[in-house]
Amino acid sequence: MLSHKETDLSETDLQEMYRTMLLSRRLDERMWLLNRAGKLPFVISCQGQEATQVGAAFALDKDVDIINPYYRDLALVTHFGMTPEETMLSAFARGADVQSGGRQMPGHFSKKASNIMTQGSAVTTQIPHAVGASYVFKMNGEKRVSLATLGEGSTSQGDFHEGLNFAGVHKLPFICLIENNKYAISVPVHLQYGADKLSDRAVGYGMHGEQVDGNDPIAVYKVMKEARDRAVNGEGASLIEAMSIRLTPHSSDDDDKYREADELQKNKKDDCLESFKLYLLEEKIIDEAWLQTVEAEIKDTVNKATKAAEAAPYAAPEHTLKHVYEEVNNG
Amino acid sequence: MAKLSYLDAIRDALFVAMEQDDNVFVLGEDVGKKGGVFKVTEGLQEKFGEMRVLDTPLAESNIVGTSVGAAMMGKRPVAEIQFAEYILPAVNQILNEAAKVRYRSDNDWNAPMVIRAPFGGGIHGALYHSQSIESIFVSTPGLKVVVPSTPADAKGLLMAAIKDNDPVLFFEHKKAYRLLKGEVPEGDYTIPLGKADVKREGDDITVITYGLCVNYAMQAAEQLSKEGYEAEILDLRTLYPLDKEAIIKAASKTGKVLLVTEDNLEGSLISEVSAIIGENCLYDLDAPIMRLAGPDVPSMPYAPPMEDYFMMNPDKIYNKMLELSEY
Repeated sequence: MLSHKETDLSETDLQEMYRTMLLSRRLDERMWLLNRAGKLPFVISCQGQEATQVGAAFALDKDVDIINPYYRDLALVTHFGMTPEETMLSAFARGADVQSGGRQMPGHFSKKASNIMTQGSAVTTQIPHAVGASYVFKMNGEKRVSLATLGEGSTSQGDFHEGLNFAGVHKLPFICLIENNKYAISVPVHLQYGADKLSDRAVGYGMHGEQVDGNDPIAVYKVMKEARDRAVNGEGASLIEAMSIRLTPHSSDDDDKYREADELQKNKKDDCLESFKLYLLEEKIIDEAWLQTVEAEIKDTVNKATKAAEAAPYAAPEHTLKHVYEEVNNG
Repeated sequence: MAKLSYLDAIRDALFVAMEQDDNVFVLGEDVGKKGGVFKVTEGLQEKFGEMRVLDTPLAESNIVGTSVGAAMMGKRPVAEIQFAEYILPAVNQILNEAAKVRYRSDNDWNAPMVIRAPFGGGIHGALYHSQSIESIFVSTPGLKVVVPSTPADAKGLLMAAIKDNDPVLFFEHKKAYRLLKGEVPEGDYTIPLGKADVKREGDDITVITYGLCVNYAMQAAEQLSKEGYEAEILDLRTLYPLDKEAIIKAASKTGKVLLVTEDNLEGSLISEVSAIIGENCLYDLDAPIMRLAGPDVPSMPYAPPMEDYFMMNPDKIYNKMLELSEY
């Protein structure tokens, strides 16, 4: 773990980072329980990638920066302002779901008030959207950046190339963060790309490229902070590749049988939540009493969010017809 | 009112829209310094600068995808796809993204953007510069599809499309660019989207069409008038969502309906128009609904005899109109 003293992170920042990671993990775990209990049709996880997401989130300015997350980014959007209850409302597909009004599967993050752009399921389409937003920042002369995240599988799509090329041409205030968890559902990296590092592709786009240990939230914070500084100083875009781990199957509908047991065991040993906790304990930034308090608070938060969301009503069936166009609500 | 070509009317709409609203910007391949391969955007970059009239890399999905992102940030991008068939790499961004932004975010986000693309044949463009590809897009709720048939309509509909708060696909018939001329109102001029327009009144038969075929049908109607038959001509103008009320009214008025498109017949837009008439006007019809379209082959060939064979023209429409009139 990179020493936090090599960054501007305060002890309070580090505590907040851990708290956000833990909250996201506990929300995620609860959704799996609810899925297995037959209450949620579908879950897709952030587990194992919280360090990458929280490190990135804390390096941005959530008041002005725009994020285009992908479906694993629960910890990223939680920092940006998605509340636990909003996450649960989406999971239960309730009418009050701010992300889609119960229209989309969970993990399709969206919340305009928190600068989170709406996402579809066809992967990598969010790259040009984020690049388009950063072109607007450049046009307006605004000190803002846009972030797009994606899995390493999505880097094979054409929109990855097209978007990064455009960002490179115009030196846009844009950051592309690859959360490389080494699997696109079942397809491993050696069948996904031939490069040593995906971040090496940055050279071809005329931007800064860097690989970082995605299990280390402090290291991710540092490279993302530098990327943001370059972006707002007119030095252009960055391609950051965070080497990460997927602790769960791809989704609640996946059996994970394509991975060996010893690999899954090793992943558990490398769990970023555990390693960050140990670091904070060793550095005496937190102690066992703090941890117990935070665990209890988060448990209470998750319980309340679950209860409230489960009790919330679905949208009326006719809500299906709403919001196709601005002027047509179909009654 | 000035007399402008269809092309000049489109350029005028862009000038006025960009002067009115700093959020409007144009992007596409060759739209800047060159002013577009058809010169539609000529002079725009000189007036509005390189940022607002942007020559993009040769990548259609990115042209549309960055427009979606910019539109969500409050801009009003007007993207140009150089030829309609080159829109295909961007279809994911149009159908899965732009068209679904408002719906999937439960009205939280929206994407006010226009995608302009020249379509249609008759200009020796062969398979890949002649296509009518509107049928791909005209069953996509969330998207509006517009095809103007006159210079005035081209200006009014484009200005309305730019001011619209949802994504609009704007197909311009490339043969109409310099062929059609007409009076065009100056300054701010809009025509509501979603409204068809009766271009000619008549009591004997109804022709429903759009794009350049409106002009061809008007020529054919004058010829038909000499035979003693008067044709009602309805210009659809907005292909999606269709103006069902106007279609039903026009079909019911004469009871004899000819539907015309330059697209190939199968699964074309006029098939949907035919279904609307079949469902709503059965007891008003005095003849089977007739459809006139291109042949069901992949695209329009290059050699002039084959191009003419495929391409719609006033004579083909006249012959079909006469057949229907005498039915």
